[in-house]
Amino acid sequence: MAAPGTASLLRAAAASSRRWLLAASRGAAGRPSGDCVAARTPGRFFGVSARARLSSEDKVTVHFINRDGDKLTAEGKVGDSLLDVVVDKNLDIDGFGACEGTLACSTCHLIFEDHIFEKLDAITDEEMDMLDLAYGLTETSRLGCQICLKKFMNNMTVRVPEAVADARQSIDMSKNS
Amino acid sequence: MGSSCGRVCWKWGSPLRRLPGFSRLLSTAALAPQICVVGSGPAGFYTAQHLLKHHRLARVDIYEKLPVPFGLVRFGVAPDHPEVKNVINTFTQTAHSDRCAYYGNVTIGKDVMVKELQRAYHAVVLSYGAEDNRILGIPGENLSGVYSARAFVGWYNGLPENRDLKPDLSSETAVVLGQGNVALDVARVLLSPLDILRKTDITEGSLAAIACSKVKRVWLVGRRGPLQVAFTIKELREMINLPGTRPLLDPADFTGLGDVIKDIPRPRKRLTELMIKSAREKPGEKEAALWASATKEWGLKFQRSPLEVLPATDGKQARGIRMAVTRLEGSGESARAVPTGEVEELECGLILSSIGYRSLPLDSSIPFDPKLGIIPNSLGRVQGAPGLYCSGWVKRGPTGVIITTMNDSFDTAQSVLEDLQTGVLNLSNSKEGFKSVRSILHSRGVHPVTFSDWEKIDAAEVARGKLAGKPREKIVDPQEMLQLISH
Repeated sequence: MAAPGTASLLRAAAASSRRWLLAASRGAAGRPSGDCVAARTPGRFFGVSARARLSSEDKVTVHFINRDGDKLTAEGKVGDSLLDVVVDKNLDIDGFGACEGTLACSTCHLIFEDHIFEKLDAITDEEMDMLDLAYGLTETSRLGCQICLKKFMNNMTVRVPEAVADARQSIDMSKNS
Repeated sequence: MGSSCGRVCWKWGSPLRRLPGFSRLLSTAALAPQICVVGSGPAGFYTAQHLLKHHRLARVDIYEKLPVPFGLVRFGVAPDHPEVKNVINTFTQTAHSDRCAYYGNVTIGKDVMVKELQRAYHAVVLSYGAEDNRILGIPGENLSGVYSARAFVGWYNGLPENRDLKPDLSSETAVVLGQGNVALDVARVLLSPLDILRKTDITEGSLAAIACSKVKRVWLVGRRGPLQVAFTIKELREMINLPGTRPLLDPADFTGLGDVIKDIPRPRKRLTELMIKSAREKPGEKEAALWASATKEWGLKFQRSPLEVLPATDGKQARGIRMAVTRLEGSGESARAVPTGEVEELECGLILSSIGYRSLPLDSSIPFDPKLGIIPNSLGRVQGAPGLYCSGWVKRGPTGVIITTMNDSFDTAQSVLEDLQTGVLNLSNSKEGFKSVRSILHSRGVHPVTFSDWEKIDAAEVARGKLAGKPREKIVDPQEMLQLISH
């Protein structure tokens, strides 16, 4: 088995620098990670808040079904947005969160289970305006940057929708086979 | 994969070395695909990103004709839409990958030809977008006061080739032909309060010109009806709520539409409902007060097709536009505008045609469909040209937002990855990549701008912007950019 390649080191470095870039740009856009209320009103400046001490009650596990069918499981804290989870845990979802949570794209489009979807906070016009442009829109679609983790979401499964019309088998030559 | 198999087999000893091609497997350098991308806008960067992510050895070089990267993200997205430009962060990360290199100030088709790139790289991806615009093809189109929206957008966004546009903003009424998001962008920039514009990255020169503008009223004119508008709801909402302005929407244009839209898909339905509401409903107290005190206005005119730009008495300046009144045949996206015989004239001194961007052929060796304005391709593989691919607007046509281009670029990258995997792209022919391009450029006196050079230009723009309370002050002269990095 070959030694861990530079690719994986690069990804780790990229992930941490991306987190830094995201935190920096959110500082500019006015939204600290973990403060989900601010996420719904992009542009208001709160400054970066210290994260509260964690207890297990704060943890929420989410399963993401990726476009290629892979299940990615990650843990976040109550109040994190689903975009926060994807970025913080460096989940391998192509192109997710292009506008970094500012309601200027629809790349964080996720499909929810019916029983979870019903309990989500009401959608705003601003979110719906962008969601309307998403590919593969369903009855239970929302934008991940606007959905904050709550306890009832523990162990929920969300699906990453197809991005293009023809779902060809995705080619990944980034790992040793 | 080849390289891991090579390392494992080698441990088993010499008999395996007699396998044909085995010794090549030992050298991972020979197996690193060399790929180049032409164009550093979203298409180029997203294609590169996907390739680098999904292939652990591929090297991707991105070429760009301007010194500075990012294409329409820098030069197309409106100054008051900074969130859309956040994608620059992910592109920057891609450029920092040690298997990626950016080479600005290199014009493919002039400084180096596509055939030379094909000799140097296993795969060449054309992502150079649409640098031209569709023309109206009507008399008077070349009168003073008539501009393409593309040039106007380039002007306020600091695109070097448009910096001397000097648009005439001395008339009260402007007409924008077209009802897409670009049309809304130019209307909004023409009518936005200066206090908003001066805090954006709009260029100093264009801000000064807009500060002296006499334009008070902008009409967005479309050949078809409300159900065929190409702009999207977020941008329309923004326009309706633009401080200091009031919308002029004729309720008669929306008669009976409420019933028609009952069962259509949600995006088109909500967009139409918003127009109907703004046209027909009495505004709330707050809105009514804002509109009463507005000094500027904008409106939509439907079913008007431009026939002629009318000259002023001096014969050189536009003074108005003559339009055919149309009726619609068919419905929905495929409705056609048919002249009724009636004509109408609208007085105006500024006409911006926003009827679409257009790609140009890069190099006579590349297949190009002049009618569709795209490179003929199948899933991003250029037809009849193995090793050549395309992504973005030059592949599908100049429409869509960044996410559309992102998905399309990932799709093209998939085709490249498939071809690498199946051997359609033959890696046993080792390619030199930039090494051979560098000597070609050197022999032609061309000095590429690296990504860290761009970062110096970036830092200078941000520093200058800070002095003016803006995110950046764009440098619009390419010579100034090159001097800054001592080229």
